[in-house]
Amino acid sequence: MTVESGAATTVVPALDQPAPDTPDQAGDFVQLLTPEGERIDHPDYPLDLSADDIRNMYRDLVLVRTIDTVAISLQRQGELGIWASLLGQEAAQIGSGRALSPADMVFPTYREHGVAWCRGIDPVKLLELYRGVSHGGWAPEEHKFHLYTIVIGAQTLHATGYAMGIQRDGADEAVIAYFGDGATSQGDVNEAFIWASVFNAPIVFFCQNNQWAISEPLEKQSRIPLYQRARGFGFPGLRVDGNDVLACYAVTQKALQAAREGQGPTLIEAFTYRMGAHTTTDDPTRYRLASELEMWKLKDPIERVRAYLVRGGLAEPEFLAAVDAEAKQVGARIREACRTMPDPPPLALFDHVYAEPTAILREEREQYAAYLDSFEGEAGR
Amino acid sequence: MTKLTLSRGLNEGLRRALENDPKVLIMGEDVGKLGGVFRVTDGLQKDFGEARVVDTPLAESGIVGTAIGLALRGYRPVCEIQFDGFVFPAVDQIVSQLAKMRYRSRGQVSLPVVIRIPCGGGIGAVEHHSESPEVLFAHTAGLRVVACSDAADAFTMIQQSVDCDDPVIFFEPKRRYWDKAEVDTAPGVAGALPFDRARITLEGTDVTLLCYGPLVRTCLESAAAAREDGRSIEVVDLRSLSPLDMDTITASVRKTGRCVVAHEAPVFAGLGAEIAARVTERCFYHLEAPVLRVGGFATPYPPSRIEEHYLPDLDRILDAIDRTFGY
Repeated sequence: MTVESGAATTVVPALDQPAPDTPDQAGDFVQLLTPEGERIDHPDYPLDLSADDIRNMYRDLVLVRTIDTVAISLQRQGELGIWASLLGQEAAQIGSGRALSPADMVFPTYREHGVAWCRGIDPVKLLELYRGVSHGGWAPEEHKFHLYTIVIGAQTLHATGYAMGIQRDGADEAVIAYFGDGATSQGDVNEAFIWASVFNAPIVFFCQNNQWAISEPLEKQSRIPLYQRARGFGFPGLRVDGNDVLACYAVTQKALQAAREGQGPTLIEAFTYRMGAHTTTDDPTRYRLASELEMWKLKDPIERVRAYLVRGGLAEPEFLAAVDAEAKQVGARIREACRTMPDPPPLALFDHVYAEPTAILREEREQYAAYLDSFEGEAGR
Repeated sequence: MTKLTLSRGLNEGLRRALENDPKVLIMGEDVGKLGGVFRVTDGLQKDFGEARVVDTPLAESGIVGTAIGLALRGYRPVCEIQFDGFVFPAVDQIVSQLAKMRYRSRGQVSLPVVIRIPCGGGIGAVEHHSESPEVLFAHTAGLRVVACSDAADAFTMIQQSVDCDDPVIFFEPKRRYWDKAEVDTAPGVAGALPFDRARITLEGTDVTLLCYGPLVRTCLESAAAAREDGRSIEVVDLRSLSPLDMDTITASVRKTGRCVVAHEAPVFAGLGAEIAARVTERCFYHLEAPVLRVGGFATPYPPSRIEEHYLPDLDRILDAIDRTFGY
């Protein structure tokens, strides 16, 4: 390609790959379970999971999809303001989430409901946020799961700083930072890559490439496969089948272990697909073809595990039925909890701005309390 | 008591903070071997090591963002932003992340991060090296914003800021870095004036002159000149820009009946506007004149050969004082 620039002609070398892989041609990636449910071995990723472990992962996958489905319904019924669906990304989240050690720290986006599940966060806490009752009410250190971050990519720097703290503490721990394909264009993500690299921080960058940043396809973010970005920053990157829970588990576990052993960061690109809308306010029919979704339904992250378990005689019908029954129970519980969730009292809006309220805050609070009290006979505060 | 420059006062204060708490870190561009472009961190990396005095990559959002992560891990980072105009790449991390974490976690997460910013003009610098962005941060709930004006306050206020469990934006008046003052470097800051309180630097009876950072010295010079005209000016160094010490301000204005606010930042929507509104509400029946403001114009910061016309100086402050007697 040549570019005319005044009198001079600049020759721009052709890229090895002119555009990132399209969703229907992922190229080489780590896969341990095919969409048809066949186990395949990978020399670098021997799997240490028992049949029981895989059954538990199946349960996780089904339950988080149920939580997601219920949340979408709750939004449609006016119980939630908005919901960001994880539909299609369950394997990426459960696989990586189950690879974590209890002491490892997670920095999520706002879509990591499956990872939250793995960290023992009650899904009702997630609903709180999307209902507008809190900005995220869980205890981050208790669950080793930071609050959801909404500004795209900002949490990757927090994750990197936290990892630098682990280094200073000499602790046998690692950090995992979640983000999406769109976030790879953010300055903060690129700065996090640089920091993690030069300080050799114990961190795994887990990018769920779900192909779409709201309406923008991956080709608007990158001309090379995302995992290849890592090389330019000086650490390894790899691509995994993001719809394969076993492969996501294996690659994440290995990358976390490398981080804990002082080998620095790894970028994992989990190649997956956002089967639903960006959020409940979005309408994907305006920008993508239905045929694309149909193609990805054939690669469903749950169906392949079910097929593997059934075909291998690893799951009895009773087990599958019990999981479905539990999913119904969980769904009913969170539906009820959401509908009966009380609003915070109005004056709670003044709480926790500073360690101690400032004089100006105290004054505003008192004045507003008096104002509310002036409405005789009404609920007030 | 020791005579120190403002820059040295900060250096000694930071040294004390590093000695007192192994969780205190310093991070920024060129803060290590070079000791910072203003030498505020001179010698600290040599004495405390590269893990505690960290030369970072050249990216301000990265400095603040990773400081947040370190604070989440239990550290107390002190970040240096090299110049005022370079803080803007870090504004998302400061405004949307650092300031709000306690609130969004319902008080479960504290981020004791200090962000030091050399501020203001008057040193003949190229553009983006003379800004006064304090009001952007004062407008952000969750941040404390302070400004030191001399070596003694520099020494104590930086230690108080490091001790604080809230994030602190710490402004340093760069044209006063070389000004010397007597500093009591005795250990401990327990007896010092809290860093969220204003100080009456010069007592007076006729006009309250509110200022902070680089203009405190200018205002003291204006007060001395006014004294020759028989006017007694009370100079109040605000020190804390958010929260504002309204008790000290109110008491002074009720005493004098006149109030002038001076800052380098543009007058329009500046801190003086907030102060004028609050003083008017609290001191309405004590005021002999409207609260007047002296500051930068509603322009970008000008080229340095004409910055003297932009920056409030002794005469412009005297002019405002004179005008308060014209009502």
